[in-house]
Amino acid sequence: MESTQAPFLYPEYKSTIFRSPTQPLMIVKDHLKDLTLPVFGESHIQKFDNDLTKNAQINGEPIGERIKVFGKLMDENGRGIPNALIEIWQANSAGRYIHKAEIHDAPLDPNFLGAGRLLTDNQGLYQFYTIKPGAYPWGNHFNAWRPNHIHFSIMGHQIEHRLITQMYFPGDPLFEYDPIYQSVPQHARHLMVSKFSIDKTDPEFALAYEFNIVLNGKLKSNFE
Amino acid sequence: METFNQTPSQTVGPFFAYSLTAKQYGYNYNSIITDSLVNDSIEGERIFITGKIFDGENKVIPDAIIELVQYFESENQDVTSKIARVGTGTSEDGSFIFTTVKPKPIKGQAPFISVVIMMRGSLHHLHTRIYFADETEKNKEDLLLNSIPEDRRNSLIANRLQKNNQIFYEFNIRMQGENETIFFKI
Repeated sequence: MESTQAPFLYPEYKSTIFRSPTQPLMIVKDHLKDLTLPVFGESHIQKFDNDLTKNAQINGEPIGERIKVFGKLMDENGRGIPNALIEIWQANSAGRYIHKAEIHDAPLDPNFLGAGRLLTDNQGLYQFYTIKPGAYPWGNHFNAWRPNHIHFSIMGHQIEHRLITQMYFPGDPLFEYDPIYQSVPQHARHLMVSKFSIDKTDPEFALAYEFNIVLNGKLKSNFE
Repeated sequence: METFNQTPSQTVGPFFAYSLTAKQYGYNYNSIITDSLVNDSIEGERIFITGKIFDGENKVIPDAIIELVQYFESENQDVTSKIARVGTGTSEDGSFIFTTVKPKPIKGQAPFISVVIMMRGSLHHLHTRIYFADETEKNKEDLLLNSIPEDRRNSLIANRLQKNNQIFYEFNIRMQGENETIFFKI
């Protein structure tokens, strides 16, 4: 099967030039098998960790378009990965990250942090509410803008079940200009783009976007 | 059985800190993964794992994030793991520092700690391992270390330093160049 992954060096994304390994990765799989990752439980999750519209309110609701993101976390055979930790972070609706080093001239939202976390359920399903993130400019090249996206960090139970990725929104006009999105082989880019779902949309409340995530390798039977 | 296409990896970017390492960076959000691999129930002398990450121009990388995973074996040989996480953006010199105890050998391997590195400019998270310079004999017999060309093996070995009666193991990571760190395909 053709790889769905970006190369390490993708010169159009300039930061890869001095930050990507130049030597091939070592294949040591036989020595790494059976290595687990720690298990997280409900005690690690706070009440509003999966609702970014509520987890940082100070004096009101955050500004912007409220959305629901949902999907299934699975192994390469489509089996749901239960009880995996998903951490998320994103810009606010104006395209501003709360990160201290971020200097884009767009307003912060006092009622929005843009960070959350959750555990997948026993079927590998997950869901969270947030505000749709805005696009923002960055310094890669003249007039460079990132498409709207939500960052995901995913930790399953096996060493190969780790993934850092970004979820995009359908039809974004910035796709063709964004070297981070474009670094992925063309045939696989759609795997990073969520699908709008009218069926899962909460009437009179929030549009829903489906983002299914497939991790590397197979789920070992003791996690089923 | 149907095979599904693996979701592509993307960079962690520069702005992860208020989610992944909020407490370390002073954001108003809690952290469930900290800079320590041990809690009070784990006995043993505390050691510190410290180092820097260098780019291809030999500059220290101040916006990376590192995770360590360490394995603990119980008396009935059950193995459990713990994880710690640190960003390189809060110290003046871009160094990271973790607290733990020296790992014990598990299943005939030399003592090691698993490492994951993420940063702006890296489209993938990278896997490597820390071995310990003062475990010469066990390192010599370790199957993984022996599978690595001898001239690159040193990139995985942390040197022991003693400062103010505390034990540090220094593990520098080089993304490129003559002493480029070995990264594993998982």
